[in-house]
Amino acid sequence: MNKEENWLYEINPKNNLFDLNLKEVWRYRDLLFLFVKRDVVTVYKQTILGPLWYLIQPLFTSIVFTLVFNKIANISTGGIPPFLFNLAGITSWNYFKDCLTETSDTFKKNQAIFGKVYFPRVIMPMSVVISNLLKFGIQFGIFICFYLYFVFSGSVISPNIYVLTYPIVLLCMAMLGLGLGMIISSMVTKYRDLTFLVSFGVQLLMYISLVSLPYSLFKENNLTWAVDFNPVAHIIEYSRFVLLGEGSVTLFGVLYTLIISVVVFLFGILVFNKTEKSFIDTI
Amino acid sequence: MEESNVILKVENISKQYRLGTLGTGTISHDLNRWWHRIRGKEDPYLKIGETNDRSTKGTSEYVWALKDVSFEVKKGEILGIIGKNGAGKSTLLKILSRVTGPTTGSIKTKGRIVSLLEVGTGFHPEMTGRENVYLNGAILGMTKKEINEKIDEIISFSGCERYIDTPTKRYSSGMTVRLAFAVAAFLEPDILVVDEVLAVGDAEFQKKAIGKMQDISNSDGRTVLFVSHDMAAIQSLCTELLVLGNGVNLFQGNVSEGVDFYLSDKNQEVNSDLLSLTIRKGNKTSLFKKISFTSNTQGKEFKDSSKVYSGSKIFIDIEIENKRALSREIYIAMDFVDSKGIAVMNISNEFTKNKLYLKDKKSIIRFEIANLNLRSMDYYISLWGCEVGGSVFDFIENQIKMEVIETDFFRTGAIPRGKQHGYILLANNSYNFEK
Repeated sequence: MNKEENWLYEINPKNNLFDLNLKEVWRYRDLLFLFVKRDVVTVYKQTILGPLWYLIQPLFTSIVFTLVFNKIANISTGGIPPFLFNLAGITSWNYFKDCLTETSDTFKKNQAIFGKVYFPRVIMPMSVVISNLLKFGIQFGIFICFYLYFVFSGSVISPNIYVLTYPIVLLCMAMLGLGLGMIISSMVTKYRDLTFLVSFGVQLLMYISLVSLPYSLFKENNLTWAVDFNPVAHIIEYSRFVLLGEGSVTLFGVLYTLIISVVVFLFGILVFNKTEKSFIDTI
Repeated sequence: MEESNVILKVENISKQYRLGTLGTGTISHDLNRWWHRIRGKEDPYLKIGETNDRSTKGTSEYVWALKDVSFEVKKGEILGIIGKNGAGKSTLLKILSRVTGPTTGSIKTKGRIVSLLEVGTGFHPEMTGRENVYLNGAILGMTKKEINEKIDEIISFSGCERYIDTPTKRYSSGMTVRLAFAVAAFLEPDILVVDEVLAVGDAEFQKKAIGKMQDISNSDGRTVLFVSHDMAAIQSLCTELLVLGNGVNLFQGNVSEGVDFYLSDKNQEVNSDLLSLTIRKGNKTSLFKKISFTSNTQGKEFKDSSKVYSGSKIFIDIEIENKRALSREIYIAMDFVDSKGIAVMNISNEFTKNKLYLKDKKSIIRFEIANLNLRSMDYYISLWGCEVGGSVFDFIENQIKMEVIETDFFRTGAIPRGKQHGYILLANNSYNFEK
């Protein structure tokens, strides 16, 4: 009698490409939240200022950007106070950047634990995205405080109705950061070259992502090609548009960014899935 | 009915590794592989590869750490897995615990597999003991609810109540191990995998771990896969045995047959070539060429290059190559020392005055020890040979290993294992109760 038996799971050489195994991820949801908790709780252990570091970094960056780009280099930010312009850009940019850089060394950083025990590997980058979301929340809170301050001191800024789409902006950033991060982390397992690329590539990307330099500046210098095909630039510009009411948003830009984000995200999952099976042999 | 009892089914598992460093060749092999795949052809590198023999130099960059290994495990069984270093045991465990995937083949399981080698994996030094119990438990596959139910038991089992809300970086290493093991002990996997890693723990830890394994399979009917080099532990624990050698499944079945198989030369060649030892003294007119040990326990014999059984009759065969055509009378001596160089005993015809001669080009001399009453450990032998009234022809100092394997010497089940028990086991000693 060789009837079909009920196997719980099967270990095979190859995964199905899109086999995300969501059921299993769901079974490990507690682990996801414990990793988030670990990331949040342990980062600033044994520091005096603790979570204040979450605020210090964007504030000081904004101050320096304001001094350098707006006071010294005299770059105009239209009707928006330069400090708020920079802070809005940096807050959004930081979320994307953190998602990207922290997920991009998932395999390398966790090889000790991955090499010993199995759990759905995708839990790791997911936990990064979620814990960064908390960090983003705190930074966004400080942005709101300054926002209110500038409103009450007479600046003409107002959000528009599209601010309701802001969660989608966040989702796009998360998908883009996570997707790129997963692709890079998968390739780093074999080719370490990419680690070097990420660290300075992200820095360079910031300059063409409209974080501190406004779109009008690129237009004046006929350099719009540098930002038009950069989905991150569209995201930053869009978020500034919905929060501060000023910015150049095109339908093409919105659709382009949405499509790129989804494609990068799906491709990231595909590559990650393919790699997780036996990366431990090559890393 | 038999079939439904199978909880784990391993079918033709193979694992290929590439030797050397990943370098410039990597990308060209990857591209070649990809090119074959998009044309729908088989991976060209799967056809090559050699068996995984560590000591011989191979020609291929690819080796098979495991090759077509198949076996089945029934529910409630304790399957021992033994094999020499590099036999593929750890690779097999890695594949079973899904750390890495097989190159070919498949594994089907009806239960969750958890391995106990992960003691302390994922402990974060900045988090408290309690927080780490939750994190570690979750990594090993428990849900928060399950941990909540068991947290008190885990803490009291670990014996770290006082420190439980202190970051684990303040713990002693022993406390960390205790806490980590407590978490693992309260897991409820269907299949538990235990690696020889346990051997590094202290005696109490090992005892606890082995006790836990027995509990798990006896009372809960769970399945255990146990990898070890400790034949005594294998024999006392396991109900089935799998012997691996160079990545191939050599034997599966009855435990004591498997252990015999593993220790006998069917499994490993008697590599007793003494000519490869270059550090030797003497005038080299004759040379010690080979040594082998044969243990004879109740009529059962097995021959090995270094292993002998405590309490059995031992034959030591020494082959001598004579470079002179003359017949000579000789003395031969064997000095036995322990790993620290402390002399344990000596065997020599210098004292027994048995006459030994070198006549032909090749002579074999057999020493017999009626009852090897040495405690199990590694001993090192110096081999010395001298012409009677002449000079030393060959002297190999402390380079020949003799591994004495533990047996039930007193036939009581109680085995002296401590340092304080010395080297010699005294047979025929008795105690009489006198008022």
